[in-house]
Amino acid sequence: MSEILSAPYVLEYTYTRSTGPVVGRFLESLRYEVLEGVKTADGRVLCPPLEYDEEGEPTTNEFVQLRPSGTVKSWSWVQEPRKGHPFDRPFAWALIQIDGSDNAMVHAVDAGKAKRMKTGMRVRLRWADEKKGTIRDIACFEPMAPFLPGPVHLEYDVNPGKHYSAYLRGLQEGKFIGGRDPEAGKVYVPPRGADPMTGNPTSEYVEVPDVGVLTTFTIIRIPFEGQKLKPPYCFGAIVLDGADSPIYHLISGVPHDEIRMGMRVKANWKPRDEWETSLENILYFEPTGEPDVPFDSYKEHL
Amino acid sequence: MAEHCAVIGIGQTKHRESRRDLSIPGLVRDAALRALQDADMTWKDIDSIVIGTAPDMFEGVMMPELWLSDALGAAGKPIFRVHTAGSVGGSTAVVASHLVQGGVHEKVLTLAFEKQSEANAMWALSPAIPFQPQLVAGAGGYFAPLIRSYIRRADAHPDTGCMVAVKDRQNGLLNPNAHLHLDQTLEQVKASPMLWDPIRYSETCPSSDGAVAMVLVSEKHAGRVKNPAWVKGTSVRTERTFFAGRDQVNPAAGKLCAKDVYDEAGIRNPLKEIDCAEVYVPFSWFEPMWLENLGFAEEGEGWKMTMEGKTKIGGEMPWNMSGGVMCTNPIGASGMLRFAEAARQVRGTAERHQVDGAKVALGHAYGGGSQFFAIWIVSSER
Amino acid sequence: MRDVAIVSFSQLPSVKAIDAADEPELVQPVTADAMKQVGLTQDDIGFTCSGSTDYLPGRPFSFVAAVDGLKAFPPIRESHVEMDGAFALYEAWVRLLHGDIDTALVFSFGKCSLGPVPDILNLQNDPYYVQPLGLDSISAAALQAQAMIDAGKATERDFADVVARNRRNAIDNPNAQIKGDFSVDAMLEEPYLSSPLRKSFCPPLSDSAAAIVLAAGDRARELVKRPAWIRGIDHRTEPHALGQRDLTTSPSSTLAAEKAGLGKGKGKLDVAELHAPFAHQEIILREAMGLGEDVNVNPSGGALAANSLMTAGLIRFGEAASRILSGDASRALAHTTNGVCLQHNLVAVLEGE
Repeated sequence: MSEILSAPYVLEYTYTRSTGPVVGRFLESLRYEVLEGVKTADGRVLCPPLEYDEEGEPTTNEFVQLRPSGTVKSWSWVQEPRKGHPFDRPFAWALIQIDGSDNAMVHAVDAGKAKRMKTGMRVRLRWADEKKGTIRDIACFEPMAPFLPGPVHLEYDVNPGKHYSAYLRGLQEGKFIGGRDPEAGKVYVPPRGADPMTGNPTSEYVEVPDVGVLTTFTIIRIPFEGQKLKPPYCFGAIVLDGADSPIYHLISGVPHDEIRMGMRVKANWKPRDEWETSLENILYFEPTGEPDVPFDSYKEHL
Repeated sequence: MAEHCAVIGIGQTKHRESRRDLSIPGLVRDAALRALQDADMTWKDIDSIVIGTAPDMFEGVMMPELWLSDALGAAGKPIFRVHTAGSVGGSTAVVASHLVQGGVHEKVLTLAFEKQSEANAMWALSPAIPFQPQLVAGAGGYFAPLIRSYIRRADAHPDTGCMVAVKDRQNGLLNPNAHLHLDQTLEQVKASPMLWDPIRYSETCPSSDGAVAMVLVSEKHAGRVKNPAWVKGTSVRTERTFFAGRDQVNPAAGKLCAKDVYDEAGIRNPLKEIDCAEVYVPFSWFEPMWLENLGFAEEGEGWKMTMEGKTKIGGEMPWNMSGGVMCTNPIGASGMLRFAEAARQVRGTAERHQVDGAKVALGHAYGGGSQFFAIWIVSSER
Repeated sequence: MRDVAIVSFSQLPSVKAIDAADEPELVQPVTADAMKQVGLTQDDIGFTCSGSTDYLPGRPFSFVAAVDGLKAFPPIRESHVEMDGAFALYEAWVRLLHGDIDTALVFSFGKCSLGPVPDILNLQNDPYYVQPLGLDSISAAALQAQAMIDAGKATERDFADVVARNRRNAIDNPNAQIKGDFSVDAMLEEPYLSSPLRKSFCPPLSDSAAAIVLAAGDRARELVKRPAWIRGIDHRTEPHALGQRDLTTSPSSTLAAEKAGLGKGKGKLDVAELHAPFAHQEIILREAMGLGEDVNVNPSGGALAANSLMTAGLIRFGEAASRILSGDASRALAHTTNGVCLQHNLVAVLEGE
């Protein structure tokens, strides 16, 4: 009588994956309990982010932060979990569409009871206590109690004050107006009630040209809720010729890696017929092409 | 064969020990995009995709063509995955060429890849299966005894292997995509420690991440480029791993595979009629062994060609101008890299490792216990 | 384009476990039988191609061992796909179009008894987002089944009806694993494995092997009286992520069927063998390919009666072809699926002369 030989065999390995920029970014953000989605070329948002959408088009590298909540699009209750499952007690699998995204994520819902599960129900993300940089840093989702929405929308009337109004009216006419303290001679743009150093009123208005020196700058890369501009973008301090204080504006018209402290820049205005009482009459500052200004001459502005 | 098949686009990644900057989809996309750009085509132009990679266990994704479909713009198209062990890169290209030659598709994207950094190829090659002694430590352990046999049978000069290593690595220096860029002298190579006697460390291929892609088209579309490479012959041949009387040093399957392609391409004297070759040489001594197996040298004489410098660029029969497997080895892709580099030669696009005036080139891949062979011959003339 | 036909088919009965048989021992009997049916030996065969997966036995390069079940000397023209044997058939069909050879041998084998198949199939999933969660194949299919219910396209009773019909058909199939007259009501009483899938709505896990011989043109006519001609064959894939697809439809099946010529050609379909491992998937595929009540779907019992991974698809081709070879049918459809929740589908239209 022949006996059939048999022995257990375990196939086991821990792969060390490099994830690439899109997936890597997503998993890294989970570490900080931030849930992000990525935008597709046609403006949809995918969470989890994919490098290529279902048409095979690469997604953009624009990430958006999303709320850690969503809607169940399909689900399956598991009464007796298998060994590799996320829970060893009954739970549900689900396809969850994260709020603000256009696709769905596979994950688990810790609903407690099968009858709690319903297609269309709202769920909230539960974070894992210990983060390892994997999709399981999202521990699971859980049913969300119904909530009262509380939108905020308040309308105000703003009066900018005399000096600032002068500044704004100047901008409406394509001019930069500064205020000078006659005694100390410093010119502040925009004009203030008083010279902060002397306390004297900056009673004289002077016009300064729309060209000056970029003293310092930063390049904004991270997305945040409510952001109007799409990163990356450069934002800098400009000391206009004749002024002693900087204004702040966007720097553009030059690759980010060529932006330098000490660069001479000038304003790029919108068309005249679009001018209002606003600094937004200027789209951005751009290099004049003149040689940079030596460090000593602007370092006090830093 | 109903149709002629031409290679009009070739692309490959910069191969490295690990491309941590890319995910697997990113890796294949990189090579595919370069091939499309080379062919002046877009994703939409492609009718069908044929992908090849070595065992799924190397990356831990079963049937990766399913997961990679988005990266390759495959939705709505056929995507096919070939797996014939180490020769896979070659047999994949062969399957792709048949789709064109058979008139099934007019424009096929074919691709092969491996991302070995995500796992450990040695582990995947030597699993602890019950009831089988775990004697073999990786592929080198399997081939070393065969090489010893060859050296003995041919009474080969002991430096032959090292000469190949020096040559292939010098060639690799001319190839910006190659993984290893090692400027080694013969003394340095000879001084390297033995890994699996008689194979030294310096005579062994690296483990690489990389991908390579080609665009294959029917005659109708070959005019998109000025320099298509025409596929003149293809073959795949297999023999069993073990059987009485098997010659693993000069395998019958390799000889027959070469005969198939020479017959199809109308070649009677490979040494005279082929200008250069990219041949799967993962351990240095395979160069003299394959010189014989492919009919470039008489049995027992292959090592002389190497020692005489005939396989260098500028020699009578340049082999592995790209640096070959000795410089770059993403296992699943290595076979297709040979086929692609052969095509580059006849297209005249091999840049610094170009053989002047190359018109006919051979690409070769093998796998398993020297049992799976895939070869193609390409020409600048239809 | 050359005419290529299926001229013979052989399979091992699908059973829960074929003990004490390694790859060559599975492969040898079916390939020998398929060739014998048409009086051929390995020396007569122009090209050989197989389909299998390393992950069933958990060994890389496992298909290499299978070659030892063949007579591969003198060295043969041979290839392999890490997919169902039906895709190996596709590769062989392409190879025969080349014109230099006239016959091909296709085979596949799969032993589901060796490892935890539903968990193995988790490895087909996206390794970043889904594999770490351990989404086994039953749970993934369950998400699709629930989507069918939510969309109003089917009920659990419909799933049970599909199962009952398939397993009743299997009574006449000596090679099927699960066969009999099963009560729909009894099925609906079973506990869920992964809701809404109850055990009966899922396929069995089988060990089996199968082989088919293809022949071209006049060679086919020499070998058999009524070759099952492959009039058209095509395959298409869809995006990978479950969250990117409408799981209740199968556009790749619709497209592949169209390209395979389902809408054209003479006469109606007598038989359709659909590779639908889960009951709800048969409903999806029927709708995708427009197969009405008048089409005899899965007379063999389909994958719900016998499901050897990597072989079930090839068996669909064999079962469809054998009905044409025997004269019972004039026009048949064979379908094979690959991947999670019907991501990738292969369709062929077979006809008698």
